Amino acid sequence: MKEFTYTITDPVGIHARPAGLLAKKAKEFGSVITISKNGKSAAATKLMALMGLGIKCGETVTVTVEGADEENAAAEMEKFFSENL
Amino acid sequence: MTRYVGKGVYNAVAIGRISLFGRNETVVQRTHVKDIQKEISRLEAAKSAAVQQLSEIYEKALKEVGETNAAIFEIHQMMLEDEDYNDSIQNIITTQQVNAEYAVAVTADNFAEMFAAMDDAYMQARAADVRDISNRIIANLLGTGNSAQTADDKMIICADDLAPSETVSLDKDKVLAFVTAHGSSNSHTAILARNMNIPAVIGVGDEFLSAVKDGDEAIVDGFTGEIFIDPDDETRERLTKKQADDLNRKRLLQELKGKENVTIDGRKINIYTNIGSIDNIGAVLANDAGGIGLFRSEFLYLESSDYPTEEQQFSAYKRVLESIAGKKVIIRTLDIGADKQADYFNLRKEENPALGCRAIRLCLTRPEIFRMQLRALFRASVYGNLGIMFPMITSVSEVQRALDMCEQVKSELKADDIEYSDKIEIGIMIETPAAAIISDKLAPMVDFFSVGTNDLTQYTLACDRQNPEIEQFVDTHHEAVLRLIEMSAENAHKHGKWIGICGELAADTSLTETFLRMGIDELSVSPSFVLPLRDAVRKIDLSK
Repeated sequence: MKEFTYTITDPVGIHARPAGLLAKKAKEFGSVITISKNGKSAAATKLMALMGLGIKCGETVTVTVEGADEENAAAEMEKFFSENL
Repeated sequence: MTRYVGKGVYNAVAIGRISLFGRNETVVQRTHVKDIQKEISRLEAAKSAAVQQLSEIYEKALKEVGETNAAIFEIHQMMLEDEDYNDSIQNIITTQQVNAEYAVAVTADNFAEMFAAMDDAYMQARAADVRDISNRIIANLLGTGNSAQTADDKMIICADDLAPSETVSLDKDKVLAFVTAHGSSNSHTAILARNMNIPAVIGVGDEFLSAVKDGDEAIVDGFTGEIFIDPDDETRERLTKKQADDLNRKRLLQELKGKENVTIDGRKINIYTNIGSIDNIGAVLANDAGGIGLFRSEFLYLESSDYPTEEQQFSAYKRVLESIAGKKVIIRTLDIGADKQADYFNLRKEENPALGCRAIRLCLTRPEIFRMQLRALFRASVYGNLGIMFPMITSVSEVQRALDMCEQVKSELKADDIEYSDKIEIGIMIETPAAAIISDKLAPMVDFFSVGTNDLTQYTLACDRQNPEIEQFVDTHHEAVLRLIEMSAENAHKHGKWIGICGELAADTSLTETFLRMGIDELSVSPSFVLPLRDAVRKIDLSK
């Protein structure tokens, strides 16, 4: 399992559009990707659950990646976060 | 005449008749089904039809409101495919052995409630998106579809609330305005109305809807959020004029958009804008400005309860640079003083804050704040065409200290292997008589000057601009001020540097010719003044 944390810098946080992009990205991988914040978590592929976390700018999320392609998936997701969120 | 007030979301005036938007109020019945598999197939068919419809709406929205705003319908399609949402519907059908319509309606309620219960106004507004997609599936299941259009004439469409897809589906040529009893300015409907250039007022309240009927005469003022039913003559006259003025401005936009700021004899000038928040970028683009001549960075500090971090500043500057796509953005470093401060700065109370520890003086006495802002600016510089300027300069040594700080920040970034652009222009504000008088010495040190006429006038004439009692003594066209500007322009040009004006005088079209004759290279004004100023420039002939 791979894990990293990320602090959201996008002023709008993970709102509808960024959540949509995130879910789309997460679907590219076989690994199970989970986003958690303050004990609540959601699968990165689930748009509504992601939006339901209500992640705002300045908050820190933990991303875990587990599966056959976890090396690559974790690296790509980390890149996605820093570029888009 | 009755007056109602809501929140205006698009600035324009509409005069016409009311049409109540009739949504087919579908009452979903709960019925028991035997063939669960058949129910699931019905659901799948309704869903794929919905996806198809949404992609058509997306195409229509793409044409009418642009990619960013059309994106919501892509999100809607993704929401339709959401696992939890679909699991919930299928689960209800299978375990309760009920019809798909009911399962969708219950699921919609649950998800909408989840969003409505969130503590963020934007997320609360997403409940409407869940209902929108769910109603679409239900309508497909029932074979009803939404009743979209109304009468033949252009009408003011009034509704309880409009779903984003309903807003876009309406035939734009037949809509004068939108008025809704509910909805928030964060809703995509509000955003879409803005982008369709249709006057809209939202959140007028239930009593409005129960009071109006089809065909009532009404005036919608999107600027103020007012709606007048059965308006009296005075109101009608006032708003007819307001509408004409607004249309005139928009016509100017049509005529002058994309045209050069050039005089009859061929002298060109840059017209930029002054803004104080990221929210104003839309107005910069809508008014076809050539760039941002003054971006006041104070908002980052004033809207915050503690010093904004380097990361927060970096992402804000990056966003500005990116959203203005390669056009010049001049960001003024922190211009704060005892009269305009955030609590956490703990500035001492001053007898005379206009002459106190403010702007560059504050930055040089608290170098950590200044250094952090410069780091954020330099880091953001790779995302666009950045200029940085320092406010309230009075001496060579201040400029030198500020430039030294820039060099320090650059070598720090280099040491950390962090990129920054080597094309950043560094300039200073000319807003004290001292700076204008020694502008021959300052010009070689920087890339440009920007004249802040408000402070320059106040300091030159020794007149407090906020004191109404001395208003009669403040001559904004005072020769002393104009001479200082002319002197600065000569000195800038002698050293091959450019000079702009970003104060209120820049928008004063009675001075535009004077400024052009002085050789001013750039005028920076509020977004709404860009086109009137372009119009004025294009009528000037300097050869006469």
